[in-house]
Amino acid sequence: MTEETTTALPVGAMDTRASGWWAMIFTVFTEAALFAYLLFSYYYLAAQPHLPGSFPEGGPPSLTLALPNTIILILSSVAVAWAQLGIERGSRGRLVLGLGIGALLGLIFLVVQGFEWADKPFPLSSTPYSSLYFVVTGFHMAHVVVGVLMLLALTWWSALGYFNSRRFAPIHIGALYWHFVDVVWLLVFFTFYLTPHLGLSS
Amino acid sequence: MTTADYERAPHVGPGTPSHAEKLERIWETAPGFYGWLATVDHKKIGIRYIVTAFAFLVAGGIEALVFRVQLAWSEMHLLTPEQYDQMFTMHGMTMIFLYAGPILSGFSNYLWPLLLGARDMALPRLNAVSYWIYLFAGIFLYASFAIGFGPNVGWFNYVPLAARAYNNGPNIDMYGLGMILLGISTTVGSINFIVTFLRLRCPGMSINRVPILIWGTLTASAANIFAIPAVSLAFLLLWMDRNVGTHFFDVGAGGSALLWQHLFWMFGHPWVYAIVLPAMGMVSDGLPVFCRRPLVGYTAVALATIATMVLGFGVWVHHMFATGLPGVSLGFFSAASIIIAVPSAVGVFAWLATIWTGRPVFTTPFLFFASFIVLFTIGGVSGFMTGSVPVDWQLTDTYFVVAHLHYVLIGINVFPVVGAIYFWFPKFTGRMMDERLGRWNFWTMFIGFNLGFFPMHISGLLGMPRRVYTYGEGMGWDWLNLVTTLGSFLFAAGVLLFFWNAIRSLKHGVTAGDNPWDAPTLEWATTSPPPPYNFAVIPKVATRHPLWEDRLDSGQGAEQSRIHAGMALAHGREALGTTPVDAMPNVILKMPGDTLVPMYLALSMTVIAVGLALVNWWVVVVGGACTTASILAWLWPQARLGETAEPARETADD
Repeated sequence: MTEETTTALPVGAMDTRASGWWAMIFTVFTEAALFAYLLFSYYYLAAQPHLPGSFPEGGPPSLTLALPNTIILILSSVAVAWAQLGIERGSRGRLVLGLGIGALLGLIFLVVQGFEWADKPFPLSSTPYSSLYFVVTGFHMAHVVVGVLMLLALTWWSALGYFNSRRFAPIHIGALYWHFVDVVWLLVFFTFYLTPHLGLSS
Repeated sequence: MTTADYERAPHVGPGTPSHAEKLERIWETAPGFYGWLATVDHKKIGIRYIVTAFAFLVAGGIEALVFRVQLAWSEMHLLTPEQYDQMFTMHGMTMIFLYAGPILSGFSNYLWPLLLGARDMALPRLNAVSYWIYLFAGIFLYASFAIGFGPNVGWFNYVPLAARAYNNGPNIDMYGLGMILLGISTTVGSINFIVTFLRLRCPGMSINRVPILIWGTLTASAANIFAIPAVSLAFLLLWMDRNVGTHFFDVGAGGSALLWQHLFWMFGHPWVYAIVLPAMGMVSDGLPVFCRRPLVGYTAVALATIATMVLGFGVWVHHMFATGLPGVSLGFFSAASIIIAVPSAVGVFAWLATIWTGRPVFTTPFLFFASFIVLFTIGGVSGFMTGSVPVDWQLTDTYFVVAHLHYVLIGINVFPVVGAIYFWFPKFTGRMMDERLGRWNFWTMFIGFNLGFFPMHISGLLGMPRRVYTYGEGMGWDWLNLVTTLGSFLFAAGVLLFFWNAIRSLKHGVTAGDNPWDAPTLEWATTSPPPPYNFAVIPKVATRHPLWEDRLDSGQGAEQSRIHAGMALAHGREALGTTPVDAMPNVILKMPGDTLVPMYLALSMTVIAVGLALVNWWVVVVGGACTTASILAWLWPQARLGETAEPARETADD
């Protein structure tokens, strides 16, 4: 049956023409909604009456660890973006290196967050603020863990030579998630670390 | 690597028998138990959704009948208060979450690719995982009920009654964890519908040519991905309040009970529209077939669908009018709730005009679809009434609200669903349902429903509160409740007639043929039931009603749809990806075949939920590890799916 032919079409997950790419966009939407509800809960509870000094518990949190850690997370996004541009130009070395650095920076972020948690003078069950602090940052850390696992898998697959300058959809799909995890941290950071310094506290 | 390795010009031609045979081999599900567990065929998954949802409808219906017996007269003690609490909570939870949403997912799963001229959903494995999680979540939720610890504070689970201090058993934890699981199922299913809409419409099917059912399910899916995180989060926070000592909802420690209500209803109200808009879509597509004309006001109805949903995100506080919120807030949410009447009325007038200007054929599906308009209007008017703050203050938590929500949910969900089964049963099975039995079925359900639920308006106006396990004999509610109970049993008898008709027709129904109703859309262009690959060649459509073009658009040199000749796409499992707005060919998609991974993934996630219910971290870790392994296996790039640098080894062309 070859009565007519049409123009040539790409076959399979070419560029970002993969269903998974679209699925990840909407996954990011639903995840963004999740963080919106988490932050809504923060602001809603912040607006309730509290004992002086209990919201945030122990006064506005210190930026000593949190600010450098935020920069580390942003740098990891930059590394991943550098890897993405690399594979679009056909450089597998740059791809593996960039993804690897991104994963490593993500791990460092998690370790620093661990110190930050250990440093808090209050436990999870102390007040609504302590509950919010550990749960919201914990939600974010869980997302970082998933993102790091994703980056490690992508690094491994890249090293196996699975991708080239036309077939790289999984890279861009994983990277989209990672960029989201980093951007949403900026909102969490702003809410927990900056708004108390701007006067939202009791 | 050259570009040519990754590209191909698809052959275009008529679908010959040998081509169809080849596709059959490529697309058919493996036989036996393995195939049963591993299938990713949207038609099989759709039927499973429908059958499972009906099983939950029966369970929820039996629960309702049991407590209707209790309420038939004053001072009855068939159930203890605790049993009654579990019974009505399970009834609400079952009907809203395990029946009303999933039944529509079932129809959409089955019908979407057929309506769109596609070979499957965009993400077939995601489709399978969505079903399995739904099934396991349903079993999980019923497991707690079976051992006597069902949820017992109403389906919206208000704190502080749901807090540890007042509810010490596992009841609420099981409910919450089951709901989180179910939320994951609904979310991935919704993402699948959205991606399918954007990617798999056949060439020519621009967004102004898709059937209204597509608009309904798409709108509901878009709403779900924004709304479901609210309720999943609420249940997780509650689980933590109850088990690890957080203070989100604990008023004594500075938390807020109203935070629960906000999070629940930010989800809850959009969800109400998510479980009716696809059903309205089925009516918008089915009703015109029996009026022998296209739907009046297609564009208005599509836009009204979207407008309803957008407004639906701004009305959640009308469930909270009696909680003491500031007047400005009440005014805003009251106005938003009342304005929803406008897009709703657009639909009603479009359906009425379709009947008025058409030549109605009074078949069973027509009766169900047309009666839906009546019930929707009654439920809409009572909703409009309670949207007004002073009226709501009078009526909130009375049987008036129970009457309203049943007119809405049974009227807009159950009646269209039963009509839709009558309508699409021939496509699903190749046989017609019995028409005579169908009339008995319809009138029993219609009379039973109105007899059962209309008197609730009056008992509500007389002050009868909802959720009481019994009432005193001097209240004057006895006769109304007796009528309600009789009506509910008559309604149940009607539902039984429906099931009887369906089961009997499976074997003894008249053979249907491809297009027994002479309907206009693409699903009727395939055989009944359709082959595993749906369409031998990818159709190309030129109008909204490709099978009615000869009578509606002929003689003006109009472009015609082409259904029996088109792209062959038979180098393995292939589907055509098109552009999001205009549906121009964009990519040849390599589709996955049978796989057990979705079922493993769903099982692993259920293990996590079991671990959290037992507060046993080892079980959680095992479930988490299995979940990670399943996802890794799923996403591992495969050359066969065109995901790696190695070009897919293609089979010889036909």
